[in-house]
Amino acid sequence: MSSRRIFARPARFAAIAPYVWMVLFFLVPFAFVLKISLSQTAIAQPPYAPVFDVTAGWDALKAAFAALSVDNFKLLGSDDIYVFAYVRSLTVAITATALLLLIGYPIAYGMARLPKRWQAVAMVLVIVPFWTSFLIRIYAWINILQHDGLLNQVLLALHLVSQPVVWLSTDTAMYIGIVYSYLPFMILPLYATLAKMEPALEEAASDLGAPPWQVFWLVTFPLSLPGVGAGVLLCFIPIVGEFVIPDLLAGSNSLMIGQTLWLEFFTNKDWPVASAAAIVLLVVLLLPLLLYERLQKRQLEQGR
Amino acid sequence: MRKVARLSRFNIASLALGLAFLYLPILILVLYSFNASRLVTVWGGWSLRWYHEFFNDRAMIEAAWMSLRVAVASATVATLLGTLAAVALSRGERFRGRTLFSGMLYAPLVMPEVITGLSLLLLFVALNAERGFWTVTIAHTTLTMCFVAVVVQSRLGSLDRSLEEAAMDLGCDPVRAFVAVTLPLIAPAIVAGWMLAFTLSLDDLVIASFTTGPGSATLPIRIYAEVRLGVKPEINAICTLVIALIAVVIVIASLASKLSSSQGESAAPL
Repeated sequence: MSSRRIFARPARFAAIAPYVWMVLFFLVPFAFVLKISLSQTAIAQPPYAPVFDVTAGWDALKAAFAALSVDNFKLLGSDDIYVFAYVRSLTVAITATALLLLIGYPIAYGMARLPKRWQAVAMVLVIVPFWTSFLIRIYAWINILQHDGLLNQVLLALHLVSQPVVWLSTDTAMYIGIVYSYLPFMILPLYATLAKMEPALEEAASDLGAPPWQVFWLVTFPLSLPGVGAGVLLCFIPIVGEFVIPDLLAGSNSLMIGQTLWLEFFTNKDWPVASAAAIVLLVVLLLPLLLYERLQKRQLEQGR
Repeated sequence: MRKVARLSRFNIASLALGLAFLYLPILILVLYSFNASRLVTVWGGWSLRWYHEFFNDRAMIEAAWMSLRVAVASATVATLLGTLAAVALSRGERFRGRTLFSGMLYAPLVMPEVITGLSLLLLFVALNAERGFWTVTIAHTTLTMCFVAVVVQSRLGSLDRSLEEAAMDLGCDPVRAFVAVTLPLIAPAIVAGWMLAFTLSLDDLVIASFTTGPGSATLPIRIYAEVRLGVKPEINAICTLVIALIAVVIVIASLASKLSSSQGESAAPL
């Protein structure tokens, strides 16, 4: 038996504590979401019925199951607010992810072309804002974008506009906020694949007479696709469920699903419908989530 | 011809613009936290007035204290559990339920926080647990241990296994080989994991909002409530203090990884 195998057994025991924790505080809670999404709304504390009672015995359990209904899901499909919220969330996430790719790619490309020593510095510079509070960064933009904020002051001083432009509470402001917050998530995976790329490949294409744009489009970009995939998924998935940025920066006329869920939960106190909305959101995201997991696994295997 | 691989003017411009975009808003915020004027946008000279205001704001101080306690507690537990998870995943080969285990560890990294928060709240309500410090700490531990696991696992993956095998050939049992050889080598990643967990917890608004109870708001919850009502210069000061705290944490983290990387290989990127 190789020493590698001997090591495997105690390492397996290391899984016990985190395994139990994740089952208790990650998996079991989902069972509750699922169960409550199938319950009736009730004006009570907690605001759903019937309440699950394990101690009540088998018959009570069967009665509880019989009372489950899919009404909440039917409501989601028939209520325009929810349909709009899902559509808007997907639209915003697709648009923002495209913007992030357009803005992040040149930055990551520039980083990968730096001398090795400067690459490390640039990477730290990109990571540091990621460590800085996300709420603070959104707040910083409110300072800049508000009516008498810095952006309007600069634009007025340069005579680019004749009167203050409304930035805050617009979709523009929301996209600025989202791009700003998620940019490191896009740059880092892109940079990781671009930095690993063999420069000889690009040189060969250029030696064979390809103009720079062809070198990029036919060689660099296809080779960076794993990074593009990781960056796109890493941004797209959380943006769909985004709550804080649209709440603080976008107008109030059309909500994303994260906001709708939040309102349903805290303001309307309709927990069953909110749970059903969460499940639908999860199902919508399941495909990209599984894709992300596969990419992650492949990268870990390559890293070995 | 080495035209392609060299840094072009376009590369430099996009890098400079990108970094300016990332840093200018934060710099402006820090600058205006020292502004004497009540109007956020008019510069009225240097002043520490808003810092003074913050330290006299009892509700804010309490929220900050709550956030710090939660962050330290959850980061510590998360580092412990996350490191164990990383060891199991990268050294445990195959065990029953491994796929489920790694799936559970990756999902919270990308899942919308609204869903994680909602599901945990439903659990706490069903358990009839009093919401406050403990429930937020548990929620943050669940989220951040996944980040710790990823950071530590990538470090373990890049580690040369022959070192462990050598220790065992020389008579160490696996546990001792791990403690004496592997643990010191992955220490920088563990430190980085703790720091990451700490800042993530300090930063979290959505999950904390779902899992805390009345009267025990964290700092982001309070800031969020204030910001929704409009811009207040005091918030600039609080934000600057949080940025300073995180800067200190990053410096310690990078020093820790530098210290140990001078003994061995290069440190983990995060």
